[in-house]
Amino acid sequence: MKGVRTVLALIVAVGLAACGSKHEETPRKAPDAPVVITAAGQIDAMRRGVPIDKEASPLPMARVENFDRIRPVNYEMQPPTIPHAIDNYQLTVNTNRCMLCHTRSAAKKFQAPPVSDAHYLTRDGKVLEQISSRRYFCVQCHVVQTDAEPLVGNRYEGLNTTLAKEEKP
Amino acid sequence: MTTRRDFIRASAVGAAASAASIAVPARFAEAATVPVPTEVKWSKAPCRFCGTGCGVQVAVQAGRVVATHGDADAEVNRGLNCVKGYFLSKIMYGNDRLTTPLLRKKDGQYAKDGDFEPVSWDEAFDVMAAQFKRVLKAKGGTGIGMAGSGQWTVWEGYAANKLMKAGFRSNHIDPNARHCMASAVTGFMRTFGMDEPMGCYDDFEAADAFVLWGSNMAEMHPILWTRVTDRRLSHDHVKVAVLSTFEHRSFDLADIPIIFKPQTDLAILNYIANHIIQTGRVNEDFVRKHVSFKRGNDDIGYGLRPDNPLELKARNSKDPTGSTPIDFDAFKAFVEPYTLDYAAELSGVEKGWLKHLAELYADPKVKVMSLWTMGFNQHTRGTWANNMVYNIHLLTGKIATPGNSPFSLTGQPSACGTAREVGTFSHRLPADLVVTDPEHRKHAEEIWKVPHGLIVDKVGYHIVEQNRMLKDGKLNAYWVMANNNMQAAANLENEGYPGYRNPDNFIVVSDPYPTVTAQAADLILPTAMWVEKEGAYGNAERRTQFWHQLVKAPGEARSDLWQLMEFSKRFTTDECWPADLLAANPAYKGKTLFEVLYRNGKVDRFAPGEVEAGYANDEAAVFGFYPQKGLFEEYAEFGRGHGHDLAPFDDYHKARGIRWPVVNGKETRWRYKEGSDPYVKPGTGWQFYGNKDGRAVIWALPYEPPAESPDADYDLWLATGRVLEHWHSGSMTMRVPELYKAFPSAVVFMNPDDAKARGLKRGDEVKVISRRGEMRSRVETRGRNRVPVGLVFVPWFDAAQLINKTTLDATCPISKQTDFKKCAVKVVLA
Repeated sequence: MKGVRTVLALIVAVGLAACGSKHEETPRKAPDAPVVITAAGQIDAMRRGVPIDKEASPLPMARVENFDRIRPVNYEMQPPTIPHAIDNYQLTVNTNRCMLCHTRSAAKKFQAPPVSDAHYLTRDGKVLEQISSRRYFCVQCHVVQTDAEPLVGNRYEGLNTTLAKEEKP
Repeated sequence: MTTRRDFIRASAVGAAASAASIAVPARFAEAATVPVPTEVKWSKAPCRFCGTGCGVQVAVQAGRVVATHGDADAEVNRGLNCVKGYFLSKIMYGNDRLTTPLLRKKDGQYAKDGDFEPVSWDEAFDVMAAQFKRVLKAKGGTGIGMAGSGQWTVWEGYAANKLMKAGFRSNHIDPNARHCMASAVTGFMRTFGMDEPMGCYDDFEAADAFVLWGSNMAEMHPILWTRVTDRRLSHDHVKVAVLSTFEHRSFDLADIPIIFKPQTDLAILNYIANHIIQTGRVNEDFVRKHVSFKRGNDDIGYGLRPDNPLELKARNSKDPTGSTPIDFDAFKAFVEPYTLDYAAELSGVEKGWLKHLAELYADPKVKVMSLWTMGFNQHTRGTWANNMVYNIHLLTGKIATPGNSPFSLTGQPSACGTAREVGTFSHRLPADLVVTDPEHRKHAEEIWKVPHGLIVDKVGYHIVEQNRMLKDGKLNAYWVMANNNMQAAANLENEGYPGYRNPDNFIVVSDPYPTVTAQAADLILPTAMWVEKEGAYGNAERRTQFWHQLVKAPGEARSDLWQLMEFSKRFTTDECWPADLLAANPAYKGKTLFEVLYRNGKVDRFAPGEVEAGYANDEAAVFGFYPQKGLFEEYAEFGRGHGHDLAPFDDYHKARGIRWPVVNGKETRWRYKEGSDPYVKPGTGWQFYGNKDGRAVIWALPYEPPAESPDADYDLWLATGRVLEHWHSGSMTMRVPELYKAFPSAVVFMNPDDAKARGLKRGDEVKVISRRGEMRSRVETRGRNRVPVGLVFVPWFDAAQLINKTTLDATCPISKQTDFKKCAVKVVLA
């Protein structure tokens, strides 16, 4: 932890110094600034200002968010992220811990969202009573979220459904 | 709890606080000011990520991608995607997209030790052309190199291949796919004389057994894994065997779980061959008619620099591909020492499991699909491993029929389509032709309409050698496109970084994002990605898939195709080709490379108006012809009538991909088999027509030890690899907040006993140290991978933790593919 703070502090210090001298004339508009070049000439945000031939202290281990609060999806049919920890969940040929709560029949009892109807279709589109075996391993599509802060933002904007709906008959 | 928007705001503020100086002007702001049209248009495209080649439907509204769905009509995935695929709509919108060229400058001039400054395309290309011409003048084409990609679209790879091999007369062009499946290529060529799998994904629904040889499909090919899972869980008799050097998610489905000691897969493969022979289960009729036998040279070294002691010691390091013909009896005697006892002792695997595994192959009633990726290919005996798995399919005749399928999976979306089929390797030309064959060169020169004698007859530098030659100052002008080789290549600090910063060299990196490789460059060119251009990819089952340009690239970002063609305008033949060649072919004198390579009456023969109505094509608009179609049709000439037949261009925009060879409008699912492959003559049963005698080769090859093994000083095996949420170096997926938050940093997966013995606990900051360098990470003793004592696994997606500072640049001496799965490290508390 200490190492991280030191490195960040350094970057900020060097950065501010440079701001005052070299590039003062170009005021920064953060949201419109795709690439950020640090005073040390570093451009890869993933490396947090650390040159290629140096190694920084790694970020602290992120913790899985475990609040059971359902997060919105970006658009229909995008698999929701898992809002709870899944440590030690057994997911093998014989056991699927996720389906204990998320199967249609049990969902209400456990106050869990049931898996969507699409999960009951075979590869050939036949409707099944039980979840399709092609959907068996839940974590291929559904992933947990940790408390790590993204290093780079994303400008994706979702479907403007209100307007789209108005237009459609 | 904060919302997604808050996160973006917070991280933007964070970026502003932690960084300073230049803001590159963005064009994203424009979109917000444009009135929002209400129409949402859905179009098909293949996924941007792995070699599976899933189909997606892409929704575009107001000039932006707003959603993607798994394409229900796509045969590969029938509506499913993996988590990466479901977040495809965000990969183009990372805040730090490159939108203008960046050049290292000092006092207004290019300077190797300068800082990046935004420049115009004109200035960028002026400086780049001047640097390339400096090198051309001093050394000719041999001073120029290019690192390409299995992520190039088919026509981008083809245009690059022409520019390098015919334009600059340099064969030093090689794709990052060299790191990924070069061993699969050489394996195919040595056994079948022809590249790429004979079977296809339809085998998943026909096989009775699946054997994973060093492949974690559950994370790396999740959609194909759904097809394995579907088959296994809905048919009780189906068995799944998973082999690896550590336990991963694919073991969740394993009936036969096998953890073997690194490198001993070779011994297991020979044991299976021996078991088949000893138990009398050789398919003698098949072997007699369709197979020949060879013994390969052994003791072939490790693909290190020639002066490395390991190379000097190896008897056949100068002739790794050599062989002698043998017969069945000689092969039988060769594999006889690989008994169950010997294989079990060497591999550390329980005999019972090995026997179960061998029986899957030996039992004539069981249809087996063998699947492999990096465990086999990234192996100092990778070519051998590929040859040896074909051995056991050939001994039993379990090949090229539904469900009987040795299947090499690929990691990149067009490793097959672009790197292999287009032949962007340093030894290759399109459709399996090679630069060392005079007939092949002549044929290529004819199709390209360039003078005979133009293509250089020597194999160029492969991608590992390119780094070495940059360091040694042999390669001085270098263009890196659609890859992140600084992060991806082994032995970064000794063999990667020095060459990029060598003052003699000028390094250009084309990328959509500021990667580690871009950071190491002198000039960065902002690149259009995925549906910002019209494209074509070829997946692992020979399926060629097209897509249209659906949105515009941000700012000044331009496609690789535009960059290649536009740059070629700045060179004349007189600057690049020898005077005697031009004297003998005066019609070419004084022409630009653009004119001779792309304005050649073929590439430029389709009008921009032929672009499908309703879709943009920025390149056609600029060049005044439809370059994608012209390049594709010229390229297709190489394969038509030669077993690599491609369909007409327009067909691919209508279909959800078509598997080559496409003969009389029909795709081919199983090659080499009578009835399913139009090239096989009636009455023959099978014909392995890549080889002149129509026979596939069974190779006698031994177990040999790895280049480096743990010892007292460096006491752990290091295997590197991937995780589900991130694709390769993470330059796209790390910029998708949900994928980032799912797996934000690399960790060192370590056995709890190994951690305890070193006084380490989960979360501790550690140094991973090898003889070549060190990196910092954190210990993970839980989670999705359970590693055995004596081995650590570190994924390489994290640019902040460059694990390739520790890896060894040893390669398979035949394929030149690096072994990223085996070297020796120690792990200590930081």
